[in-house]
Amino acid sequence: MKRAVALALALLAATALAEAPRSGLAYQGEDIRRLQADDFANPAMLWAERGAAAWQQRRGTANKSCADCHGAAEQSMRGVAARLPAWDARLQRVSTLDQRINACTVREQGAAELPPESEPALALQTYLALQSRGMPLRVAVDGPAGPVFYIGRELYRTRIGQMNLACTHCHEQKAGKTLLAEQISQGQPTAWPAYRMDWQAPGSIERRLRACFLGVRAEMPAYRSEDLVALQLYLVWRAQGLALEAPGVRR
Amino acid sequence: MRRRHFLKVGAGGTAILAVPAAAQQLLPAHDLAPLIMQIAGTSPPRPGRVRIGLPSLAENGNSVPLDLAVDSPMSEADHVRSIHVLAERNPRPLVASFQLGPLAGRAQLSLRIRLAGSQRVVALAVMSDGACWSAETEVVVTSAACLDELSL
Amino acid sequence: MSEAPGIGRIRVPPRARRGEVVEIRLLIQHPMENGFRRDTLGRAVAKNIIHRLVARYDGREILRAELGSGIAANPYFAFFTRATASGRIEIDWEDDAGVRGSVGAAIEVT
Repeated sequence: MKRAVALALALLAATALAEAPRSGLAYQGEDIRRLQADDFANPAMLWAERGAAAWQQRRGTANKSCADCHGAAEQSMRGVAARLPAWDARLQRVSTLDQRINACTVREQGAAELPPESEPALALQTYLALQSRGMPLRVAVDGPAGPVFYIGRELYRTRIGQMNLACTHCHEQKAGKTLLAEQISQGQPTAWPAYRMDWQAPGSIERRLRACFLGVRAEMPAYRSEDLVALQLYLVWRAQGLALEAPGVRR
Repeated sequence: MRRRHFLKVGAGGTAILAVPAAAQQLLPAHDLAPLIMQIAGTSPPRPGRVRIGLPSLAENGNSVPLDLAVDSPMSEADHVRSIHVLAERNPRPLVASFQLGPLAGRAQLSLRIRLAGSQRVVALAVMSDGACWSAETEVVVTSAACLDELSL
Repeated sequence: MSEAPGIGRIRVPPRARRGEVVEIRLLIQHPMENGFRRDTLGRAVAKNIIHRLVARYDGREILRAELGSGIAANPYFAFFTRATASGRIEIDWEDDAGVRGSVGAAIEVT
């Protein structure tokens, strides 16, 4: 009897533990955790440094820099990345940090769009995400962002690809279990843009999500597509309260 | 029913790991002896004085932290002249050679290396008197659980 | 500093006592293409690695490295030098495409 109670309590504790949101950092080994904590050795910081320079650089037909309008990023951009994706009244849709940088580049600077995952796009994203490092993720999913949130939640639970798996099957139902030599993470989007050892380069969460689509042998959605934006909104809502770690380091 | 069975297999790992597991085909180990002879000269290196710091299990072979240290006063009269790193299953086994001297003050280095799978890593130190000392260690390199874009 | 921001970074303690052994840290942005990879169209990606790197302290060599394809992308190094006099620590390197880079930092020795 006592043993049964103890077992039930242990199971309860295990369930509660499995359900508490955990950053992907918790699933990384000691070396990666140390590298992420080391602002000198984390290679993504090189991209942040470029982003800081790009922030000051005048560009486009308007010959304006980001700083000309927004001033010091340390103040004006503090907390911004932790609140995205969000409804954008000017674009009349939910947009990501990457899309906002791009919209500004085209509309305000009169410069060419930054291609997805290009060095200038990643540099600015990394630099701006860094301004919100340590701040809790918090996105609005009511109001006009609502429908996009529900699309994202639906995608998260929809079986896809030759493996016929949804995000939830690995990252909720099997989170914490072992797959080959790795522990399956909860898929919390706290690190991005992050330096990924597999890529030997930094990349955005969209690149990471596309890799997951490929992992289950599904067609990869295009960069900046509505599906990827909706999925990001749902993921960030799901991670609410966890701190943004960008630029993170991952396997 | 069938679908349920597949999910079990997939999420349990077997189906997903099939491809990456096959992808980690280890290259045959190089015979390091000729390289070692080239570095050490005619007398074989003696084990000792060199320390290798390498995780026993590396999460990703693309970037593995390596610390090297050699016991030496690093004085004009007695110092380390060079340090070499060899990985027997890398396609090119000579990873790096460092020349240093008394100006270094301390014979210690850290770097990040690539390892093409689990293997033996050897470090050699050539001293100012011409003697060569060595250390070696085994490292297990794990592969990613999920197929990623670059593994295609 | 490097000529372009984000190409490389160096860290040296700005001040040290004479005779003190100080750590020098270095991080360089470079793909260190090993020549074994193929792009998405199956074409071989040309080998391009930083094959040589030299660290100098007021012109005198501290460390000279010959590097191979076994060095991780965006290479990181840490090593030491004995602080002898106020001066500059300069590191330069060259890759297989002939592109050179350098970073440097001042150290004040008291």
